[in-house]
Amino acid sequence: MDIKLSQEDEKFKNEVRDFVANKLPKDIARKVLEHRHIGKEDTGRWHAALFKKGWAAPNWPSESGGAQWTALQQHIFDEEASIAGAPRLSPFGINMIGPVLLEFGTAYQKERFLPKILSGEEWWCQGYSEPGSGSDLASLRTQAQLKEGKYIVNGQKTWTTQAHWADMMFCLVRTGQEGRKQDGISMLLIDMHHPGVEVRPISTIDGGNQEINEVWLQDVEVPAENIVGEEGRGWTIAKYLLSHERTNTAGVGASKRELAILKQIASSETLGGKPIIEDALFRDKITKLEIDLLALEWTVLRVAAVEANGEAPGPEASILKLRGTEIQQELTELQMEAIGPNALPHLPMSLEDNWIGPNVGPKYATPLASRYFNYRKVSIYGGTNEIQRNIISKRVLGL
Amino acid sequence: MDFSFSEEQKLLKDSIDRFLEKNYSFELRQSMIDERQTMSAEVWQGLAGLGVLGVPFSDKYGGFGGGGIETMLIMESLGNHLVIEPYLSTVVLAGGLVDRGAADWQKQIILPGIIDGTMLLSFAHAEPQSRFSVNHVETVAKPDGSNWVIEGKKSLVLHGPAAEKVIVSARTSGEMNDLDGVSLFIVECDEEALGGHEYPLYDGTRVLDLQLNRVKVGPDSLIGPIGKAMPLITEIIDRAVAALCAEAIGVMDRTHQMTLDYLKTREQFGVPIARFQALQHKSVDMFINLEQARSMSVLASGSLGFSSSLERSKAVAAAKDFIGRAGRSLGQEAIQLHGGMGMTQELAVGHYFKRLEAIDVMFGNSSHHRREFANFDGQDNPVEYTQPRKKWKQI
Repeated sequence: MDIKLSQEDEKFKNEVRDFVANKLPKDIARKVLEHRHIGKEDTGRWHAALFKKGWAAPNWPSESGGAQWTALQQHIFDEEASIAGAPRLSPFGINMIGPVLLEFGTAYQKERFLPKILSGEEWWCQGYSEPGSGSDLASLRTQAQLKEGKYIVNGQKTWTTQAHWADMMFCLVRTGQEGRKQDGISMLLIDMHHPGVEVRPISTIDGGNQEINEVWLQDVEVPAENIVGEEGRGWTIAKYLLSHERTNTAGVGASKRELAILKQIASSETLGGKPIIEDALFRDKITKLEIDLLALEWTVLRVAAVEANGEAPGPEASILKLRGTEIQQELTELQMEAIGPNALPHLPMSLEDNWIGPNVGPKYATPLASRYFNYRKVSIYGGTNEIQRNIISKRVLGL
Repeated sequence: MDFSFSEEQKLLKDSIDRFLEKNYSFELRQSMIDERQTMSAEVWQGLAGLGVLGVPFSDKYGGFGGGGIETMLIMESLGNHLVIEPYLSTVVLAGGLVDRGAADWQKQIILPGIIDGTMLLSFAHAEPQSRFSVNHVETVAKPDGSNWVIEGKKSLVLHGPAAEKVIVSARTSGEMNDLDGVSLFIVECDEEALGGHEYPLYDGTRVLDLQLNRVKVGPDSLIGPIGKAMPLITEIIDRAVAALCAEAIGVMDRTHQMTLDYLKTREQFGVPIARFQALQHKSVDMFINLEQARSMSVLASGSLGFSSSLERSKAVAAAKDFIGRAGRSLGQEAIQLHGGMGMTQELAVGHYFKRLEAIDVMFGNSSHHRREFANFDGQDNPVEYTQPRKKWKQI
């Protein structure tokens, strides 16, 4: 037992810190730290800088162009980059379909798709949820019928994040009606530029920029070589994908950054002539959250260290998404509480970096309400927190 | 970074677990408490036989030279079996003060006695007015020739009724809350001028309130340099807090397990109640609290060896706050999920819950440690304690 970083990991931490200080574009970092909108172009520039360094894919093996970091190194990178104001890369290519293709993909699929995921040339989205299939994902109804070497796909996907940025979608479709509903599901890789694919934006309660979409699929022709694994194996592959990314889902690095921002805001905002951070009531809320984040961080470290030892993660890994999202939400809530009435004005256009109109209230205040509303999503996406509890109850506690 | 245990550490934990499984039933514990016993002499001798009482001490005195992680493993086991014996008082607190503070000749007298289980000690520090403040010492020790005369009140001396000697903190100079001016003395419990009474806490621990009516002690009863004991007291209380955090993990773990077992066997509406989602989600929340509390216990015990006392105290305060809150939530849910049975004296679960509540209060509750944690921000490292080099002349 040794709770300090090894010399090697300390060295890695310094290397990451130096790299981020030199190569993270300053305008992007400023936008992240000021909660301005991060566009596709911003995300792409940071991706390109990481690709050049060989760090675009932290968890891929080095022979596929990945950094092949240990779980602990990934955590260190996430923390250093997030605190400095790095945006999150699009997860759908690097973190999600990439590892799936490495495990289940054909030689053709690996050669065709992986290099462009790595370089950031092609963007991906995830076609899972449907209007009638949310938590009960296996009930999905989008049809794919094999005809003359092509799947003909008909149906509708929804809540599709970044569909409007994406060139490709990995999509769960129904290829069979027999047996358990899970057995008739397959995974297809669909070109978003194909005729019959239509992306319609969904407006969300934060009133901010487009994030999620409906994706309508009408007689979309998908080459049969774009099926991942065998027909009917889609559910198994989707589950593999869910179990793959564990430590990153906690978002500890980003939450540390937001905690620091919360403290800055609470030092600027005053209550009865004193900074609100000195108010016993508000200070206690911040302290409680800081200690909760510390407990999450040390749980992440325990999980990462176990993975670094080559062992399977213990049951503690299952709680990371749950607690991570709860803490992210509390942070947005406290940031909004800190600014009091300045949370009320709604000026989404001021979140664009080129906004030249007047600010209402302090500059840091404008985005916070929108962010708070936006962050209600985190306990819903990727399996709601209630579904997470069902999974832990069944798999870990045996109830 | 490595969170795995060495083979020796695993063996240590296994041997205590096996011993307690065999020799420390819940019924034995309850009968001791009913008979107003502070502890069982047989159990204590058994622990001594396993070498458990000597784990933190140097092999020079017959110990094993273990650190925070070894103590953590021991305390987890003791918590798991809801042990009331005075490990915290004798080994962690008094033993720690002697080990880190006393002169070599004093250690040679005391430590072997602790290790072989023949000497029980306690630490008399808290006072009726001190609440959770470690600095608050009103008890006074005044020089009288080469002797000292101690006068004052000490409260909640844990396991005091079983102790042969108590280590008393007393002010030899300065004002009530000064960091400087506090000294430590060993006082024999059969002193005529030492009055007081014993009583039980709600978790079954028996304690003493002491009245020091001009207790006279010799110069050889002073531990460490005059007036400079506060950094040592802070260090040892940090260790005790980390030990209590570890004990809480053992208590929480067993409480959670008992609750899962109950949910799987208790039937209502024709099915085991484990089938109901409302109860499943509560069990998951208990599990989430347990695993995060475990992480914080590792942080607290692992940081005891940090060179910066500020870093150490900050980690310990965070752990005590978190575990206090997590333990309370887990304990309350355990009672709720046991329904009416959870309210009975008969079932163990209620007693585990009460121990968690007592642990939260001891050496500062959650709110206290959260306040401490917040106040550490921007503070400089306080004065470190250095062991005395002076060799005392024996009289």
